[in-house]
Order: sequence, then C-alpha cells, then structure tokens
Amino acid sequence: MNPDSSPVLLMKGISKRFPGVMALDDVSLEVYPAEVVALIGENGAGKSTLMKILGGVIEKDSGSVRVDGQEVLIRSPREASLYRIEFIHQELSVLDNLDIGANIFLRREPTRGGPLKLIDRKRLYREADSVLEKLGLNLSSRTPLSKLSIAQQQLVEIARSINAGARILIMDEPTSSLTLTETRLLLETIRDLKAHGVSIIYISHRLDEVEEIADRAVVLRDGRNVGSLERGEIKRDRMVRMMVGRDLQDFFVHAEGARIGNGDWFSVRNLRTLKYPQHAVSLSVGKGEVMGLAGLVGAGRSELARAVFGVDESLASDINLAGRSLNIRSPQDAIEEGIYLVPEDRRSSGLVVDFNVRENITLPGLERYATAKLINSAKEAAVAKEMCRKINIKTPTPEMRAANLSGGNQQKVVLAKWLALSPKVLIFDDPTRGIDVGAKAEIYSLIRDLAAEGVSLIVISSEMEEVLGISDRIAVMHEGKITGILSRAEFSEEAVMRLATGGKG
Amino acid sequence: MSMKKEIRLLILLLVLGANVYRAYSAGGAFGIVISVLIIVVFIIYRLEGIKKEAGLSILLLVLCTIVAIYNPKFLQAINLQNLARQIGAFGIFSIGLGLVIITGGIELSVGSMMALLGVLLSMMLTEWGWAIPLAILGCFAVAMSLDFMHGLLITRMNMQPFIVTLCGLLFYRGLARFITKDETKGFGTVGGLDSLRYLANGNLFGIPMPFVLLIIISLITWVLLHWSVYGRYLFATGRNAEAARYAGINTRRIITMAYVISGALTAISGIIFAFYTNSVSPANHGNAYELYGIAAAVLGGCSLRGGEGSIIGIVIGTALLQVLRNLVNLLGIPSSLDFAVMGAVILIGVMADQIFAERRNRRQVILMRESARADMRPANPIAADHSGGTGE
Repeated sequence: MNPDSSPVLLMKGISKRFPGVMALDDVSLEVYPAEVVALIGENGAGKSTLMKILGGVIEKDSGSVRVDGQEVLIRSPREASLYRIEFIHQELSVLDNLDIGANIFLRREPTRGGPLKLIDRKRLYREADSVLEKLGLNLSSRTPLSKLSIAQQQLVEIARSINAGARILIMDEPTSSLTLTETRLLLETIRDLKAHGVSIIYISHRLDEVEEIADRAVVLRDGRNVGSLERGEIKRDRMVRMMVGRDLQDFFVHAEGARIGNGDWFSVRNLRTLKYPQHAVSLSVGKGEVMGLAGLVGAGRSELARAVFGVDESLASDINLAGRSLNIRSPQDAIEEGIYLVPEDRRSSGLVVDFNVRENITLPGLERYATAKLINSAKEAAVAKEMCRKINIKTPTPEMRAANLSGGNQQKVVLAKWLALSPKVLIFDDPTRGIDVGAKAEIYSLIRDLAAEGVSLIVISSEMEEVLGISDRIAVMHEGKITGILSRAEFSEEAVMRLATGGKG
Repeated sequence: MSMKKEIRLLILLLVLGANVYRAYSAGGAFGIVISVLIIVVFIIYRLEGIKKEAGLSILLLVLCTIVAIYNPKFLQAINLQNLARQIGAFGIFSIGLGLVIITGGIELSVGSMMALLGVLLSMMLTEWGWAIPLAILGCFAVAMSLDFMHGLLITRMNMQPFIVTLCGLLFYRGLARFITKDETKGFGTVGGLDSLRYLANGNLFGIPMPFVLLIIISLITWVLLHWSVYGRYLFATGRNAEAARYAGINTRRIITMAYVISGALTAISGIIFAFYTNSVSPANHGNAYELYGIAAAVLGGCSLRGGEGSIIGIVIGTALLQVLRNLVNLLGIPSSLDFAVMGAVILIGVMADQIFAERRNRRQVILMRESARADMRPANPIAADHSGGTGE
C-alpha cells in the first residue's frame, strides 16, 4: 500500500438483507492501487455478498461505492467492467467449447469493420498470444479450452480480465480446486499483476496463502467489519481469532468418549469410484459415531458419498450394515436400508426448490403417507408440520416455496426429509456450506443428537474447525485414497493437513 | 417502482388495443376478439390471488359470450355438439401430451402415430377381418409400445425427447404411407362396426361420446396427477430430475410411464379420429395434431421446462383452442387467419401466465421477509450469544 496515493476503490456503509438474514451490515472496504487486499471470514461472513455487490451481480440496500473518488452505481457485471472492475468467480466462467483466444476476447472481438462485423482472427490470436506471454503461459491461443487443466483455464480467465483492462481484480477462492504447484503459479501471477499496477481483492480460506500474498487483510464476521491487519500483522492465529471471534469449543457440544467400540456397524470395503477406479477405499463407522471426512476439494470424498448412496455407479463395493451385506445399486436401494445422503449442492440435488417445504420433506417417504398409492394429504401435512417444528425450520407455513427460504433453513428441509424416515446411516456432504452461523450451530447440535440416538454419521467437511469440532474420528482423503484415520487424541490441523496433501500420518 | 411498471403495461396495452382496433376496422371481427381478450387478461391480472385455471375459465367464458353475441348460431345444439366432439377428441391426447410435457419432455409424433393407427385399424377391421376388441387391443399395443420405446431411448440412451419424437413423426408417417401404398384407407359403410362408430359419432343423452370419454379420462388422470404418489413424483422429476433421484425416485420409470400413458391416450384419440373422418389418408390424417396438443397444454399452464401443469388447465386449454377455431368460422374471419388467431391467443395467454407466476412468488417473498423480521431473535442460545459478541 502506498499511503500517499488515494484509494482506487472505497466501499462505505454497505448493507444488504436477504430473506431471513442480514448478509451485510454497514461494511466498509478500501483498496489502494497495486495492493493485494485479502478479504477473509468464515463461510457466510458476507465476503461473497460484498464482492457480488461490487461486481454488479446483486444490488446493495444502502451504502456507497466510490471508484477514484467518484461515487458510482454498479448494476450489472457489464457496468462493473466499465469501471475496469473484473470478477473471477469461484466457478469457472470460461467456455470450454471455444479456444483460448475466443475466450480471452469474448464480447470484445476485434472486427474487420464493415456491416458484417467479421472477426479479425489474425489480430485476435496475435493479441491473445501476447496476453498469454505476459502471464507466463506457454500456450498457443488456438488451443481448445477443453484441453487445458483447471488451473490453466483459470489463468485464461485472468487473461481475459487483464485483456479487458482490469484495474481491480476480484478473485473468489481462486485456489479452491488447484493443486499446490498450480497454486504457486497463480500466486506468482498475482505478484506479476501487482507489479503492473493492478489491485487485487483476494478471497480465500487458505490462510497460508493470505499470509504469503496479502498486503492487508480485511476480516468480516457475520456481515460486519471486525478489523483489518497490516502486512506485518497477518498471522494465522490472529486471523483465526478475528474470524471466529470466540473459542471454537463453544460451538461444538461434545459427547465425551468416542464410540469406537463397535467400529464395524456400518462398513464400506473396497469401493472403487468411477473417478478414481485405481483406488479401493474402505471405511467403517460405529453405531452412534461421527466420522469426519476431510480432504481438499477433488480428493474424491463426494464421489465416495455418492457411490455409497447409489447415485453414482461404483465399480466394486462391499457394503455392510449391522452385519448384513447390502447390494446398493441405486438411491432407492440405499433409502430402503436407511442410508441417506444430504448432498453437496442442496439447491440442485437436495431440494426441488420450486416445491414447497411440505412437498420437499415428504418426497422420499411419500409412499408411507399414501393409501393405495393415493396421497393422504392430512397425514402428509401433519408430518411436514411436525418436522418444521422439531428442527426449527423458519418458515411462516409449510406451503412456502423452498426457494424463498434462507440457505440454512433450506438445508434443514433437506435434513427433515431424512429425519422423517428414521435414518440408520446419514452422510452429510459439506452440510454447512454457505449458511449463517445460527443455522450452522443448529445443524451441529442436530448431528450430535443423531449420534446420541445411535445413527452412524459420515460428515464431509472442508472447514478445518468444523471437522475437528464435530467428529469422533476423522478419515482424510487425498486423490481418491484414504491417507489416514485419526482418533480424537491425534486431532490437529497439522495432522489433517499433512494427510490431505498426501503426506504420511 | 411497481407502479411505474403497471403504467408501462397499461400504455403497452392501449397501444396494442389501438392497433387492434385499426386491424378491426380494416379486417373485421378478428381485431375486436383480440382486443377484448387483452382487456380480460388485464382485468384478471388485477385480481389478487386468482388461480390459473380460474383465470383461464373466465377467458373461455368471455370468449364464448363474444362469439354468441356476434353470431347466435354458436349456441345452436348442433354447433355445441360438434364443438364438444372436437374438444373430446383433441382433449384426450392433449392430456397425454401434457403429462409428457410435465416430465420436461415433448411428444411430436402424435399426429403421425394417429395416421399409422388409423390405417392399421382400417386394415385390421376391413382387410384382415379382426374382431373389434382385438383390433382395439392392437391399436393400444402399437401406440403404447412405440411410446415405451421413446421412453427407453430418452431415459436409457439419454437422447433428447425432441429428437426421438421428431424421428417418430417422420418414421410413422412414412410407415403409414408405405404399408398402404399411399392409398386412403377407410371404413366406408362396412357393417358390424357400429360400436366404434358410436364411440366417435354417437351421443350419450345428447352429449357426444368423445366428450364423455374426455370427462372420464380427465377424472382418472386428475386423480393420478394431483392425488397420487406417481403424480407427485412426476412433478418432482420434471422440475428437478437430479433432486428427485437423490430422493430415491426412479426417474427413468416415471418418465417412461408418462410416455406410455401418452401412447394409450393417443390410441383412444386415434380410434375416435379414424371413425370421425371415416377415411384415413396416410399422408394427411392427423397432420400437426401434436401442435394442437402442445398448444393446449401450454395454454393450460404446462411449462415446457417441466414440472408444471394441471389436467383442468389442459382441458380448458383444449376447449379454448377449439372455440377459437369455431369462432373463426362463425365470425366470418377469413379461414386463412385460423392459425394467426390461435398463435396470438396462445402468446397472450402464456404471457399473462408468466406475469401471474411472478406476482405469486413476489407475494411469497414478501410474506417470508415479514416473518423473518418478526423472528429476528435467533432461537438458538449459541447463535444469540454469538451475535451479541460481535459489537466489540
């Protein structure tokens, strides 16, 4: 940061309310030229919302945004582009049916002029090549995007922003699907961009990256500013303390004495998923035990969960529950046995968002609320109402469309579907992603309650605090293999991280 | 904000109305029909909380009233009977198409399939000397197994419904023409077929048989769609197949079933149409009927995105379309405008429906916000404790 210069971006007093949750409450952020500002906070702290407001994806309720001291109104990504603000989303937004050049110049194609607006291909590829060179990418801009790795595609996306003349670059979790070497390359690129005078707002959960790259770290918690750290102060411990704002232990109600006595109540042996057919995975969970499943994104955890639930085909598997061997080939089979999955993406897989809460809750067990295949409405409504009450789903009526609920309440609806059917084994895939802190705590206590009732739980989580807090044991995966299983005594962030990155336990 | 929007809409309607009036002075009743419809849609739009089907029924009633005022012949028994017969014959297969559309699919081969069934029926009865029950069974078997095949291709081979059934449209038409050597087949005055003739041309207490059949079939499918487990699964699958699969629904079977049901209903309509026309020209019989069905379903509130629709809506949609065709005749509108009238009305209907849906959802969102405000204090002590600690 250069204290003499004036900020290139100044966001002040930004507030935004979503149904049921105050996403941002009087948040401010300033960014100076050629500065890397890390924006950190827990999931649901409001980082993404703030950046979506800056990027013109959503509108703020109140507050002001100034670029170069001028107050601006950004209502669409296109308008953000006018102020040379570019947003690189967590999900790639490149088109993999086109080549690199076409992606870099999308919406800005150089033309030969004339009424037909023919694309000047020669110029396009020449200029695209020079952008790639500037970023140190040793590729021809005629390469189809589908031939590139995820990391390379991400660099193409950055190249596109640079080519658009970006002065402020927003990066939302850019390394979440990258390997360590790829991450190195990206951080290198960021330093490069900084040297060229570009300001970067860097959102990441990976605090070691923040320590390494950020000039300043701005911390958000529950939609508010909690402070900012200057270069020398950016240390992991301080960041965590500010992000969490309390002792982690408050969050997790622990059942003392993990139940590993009957560790084989539910077991999966030699399961091979389609993604990692070369590795046979085995895992067993005791009755009433919470098995955390940690690992980096892409380690094969979700694939394992989907294969156990029968949504994905598995090449070979041997699944046992309470001493009985099961043949699970479809979700119907799994549900029949009382094995349920709360999937990763609740909006596309967990819920029919256009259905109301009642219809969603009763969907998997509908036949139980039917006589002669005709739905017994009174019975159905009673079940829905009972579940809403039992796990505190905040909705004025069970007839509310699920789409209108907040993330946390939507997740509770997904849970209610399965709780109504008395689960034996419940698999959670990242159950608290993107939901607010209150709902998170409720879900943790639900998980503990279920364990106490004797349900076996497998909880996939990408949040270190969560997986350490909630689990009785933790299995860690790396590139399709289980690299180690930790018991409570062995729990530590370092141990999990080491196994997750392929190191030896 | 919303005020502005409504003023914009009103101006748009006025401009449209003025144009329509000009069209009327130049072209006759067509203009007046469209402008009255627009006004009715606008009035319905102003009514809060009205159901889709109720709105459609009002539209239908108003339309009938206009036609009756302009031409009293509309209310003559013979015209009403004819209208009901058409509504029955078209309504039956439209329900099948509606079910397919609710899965998010489409069935384009209905018209061709009817041509194939028509010529087969004629050949079975007049050339091969099959007994009537056997011939009917034959029709059902052909239609249902062809549609079963469509279902398998769509769910097992992951082919797109549009393409599978487009190929069906071409293939069955060709097949019908080939097996008949492109000759028109019919029933002429062949004896012993009275029961089937009655099905198409007879009346029960003055009500045309196809209409009676439609009522029975819509009752059965209404229960199936809106009260049965299968119906709920159908909506879930059509709206979000992935979530339905995660909820343990066998989505392949649900979708295939919808096609097979559509096949069975096509067979019933096919038999009716064959005897209604009494002669089946393999090249023209049933041409573009699938489009009437799709139009009726869409007008009746089915969304081509899937997961939306109702039996009552489809039936009223069919009725609307047939009244429109009748109106073109009775009001002396050039019959060349037949399709234009239908196109315009469907467009207006679907547009209005879109606006209703948005309003309905807005109301829910407002309700949600209000209840969230009333409920700001978190119930969980941990969360409450925590939000108290952030003020530092």
